[in-house]
Amino acid sequence: MYEFIAFYIFAIATTILFVITVMSKNVLYSMTSLAAGMVLISGFFFLLGADFLGVVQLIVYVGAVMALYAFAMMFFDATKNVKEKHQNPALVFLLGGLMALVFVIMFSAPVIGDNIQALYPIEDGVGNAQAVGMVLFTKYLVPFEVAAVMLLVAMIAGIILAGKKMDYSLTKSEAIDEEMNVELKKGEE
Amino acid sequence: MIGVNHYLILSGLLFSIGFMGVLRRKNLLMLFFATEVMLNAVNIAFAAIGSYYGDLSGQMFAFFIIAVAASEVAVGLGLLILLYKKYGSLDLEVISSMKG
Repeated sequence: MYEFIAFYIFAIATTILFVITVMSKNVLYSMTSLAAGMVLISGFFFLLGADFLGVVQLIVYVGAVMALYAFAMMFFDATKNVKEKHQNPALVFLLGGLMALVFVIMFSAPVIGDNIQALYPIEDGVGNAQAVGMVLFTKYLVPFEVAAVMLLVAMIAGIILAGKKMDYSLTKSEAIDEEMNVELKKGEE
Repeated sequence: MIGVNHYLILSGLLFSIGFMGVLRRKNLLMLFFATEVMLNAVNIAFAAIGSYYGDLSGQMFAFFIIAVAASEVAVGLGLLILLYKKYGSLDLEVISSMKG
């Protein structure tokens, strides 16, 4: 009964928050509602018995990814409302609705198929974090290492892309360029 | 006890919200938010099916999706900062250089 109530509260709140994320004109509102929705999604993971996944969701998504977005917002003007030109909103809603229908049918299909066997069954008497560790470091060791390399590549790419010419101010250099142009014109005269 | 259908329908609904955002948004930062919504929706479906069949593979794939999302955000935000330095805007109409 408690699970039922919790599920419906989380489901309604997450849906509303994500609709705000998608529809809001303000970047700050959009980001805040996205972070709140992610916190509530970790609640679903706890309900499903995937404790470790819920904690990872909280730490990585709400902690790291949203902090990264918040830092990136310092580069952009976040207080101004985003102006967007919508050409055909009715078509977008139609396509979105059709997608919803297709996904509900697609995701509900495995419920009808009963002949699926568990490859790595959840063991009894073992906590979720321990069970995850046992599967992750035996069957999924290679993907785990590949993911580690991928994160390293992403870190280096982020540093190179954002950090290069960090000491070089665009506005200051434009001012210097203008001064140069003025001096050149004087020289020509 | 809630059946797996509830979770799957919720996941489909959230995925469609994210998809609608991807179709609708013209600002690159907002487009990133919409993709995050879609990734989260898929994670719910993975965790729900994993718990329904008593299988840990669903959770494993959710972990890898989280790792992919984290690296995607790191690289994507670096590119966004470069684009903003170059064009002074994140609007797709301003940034787009190809006529099509």
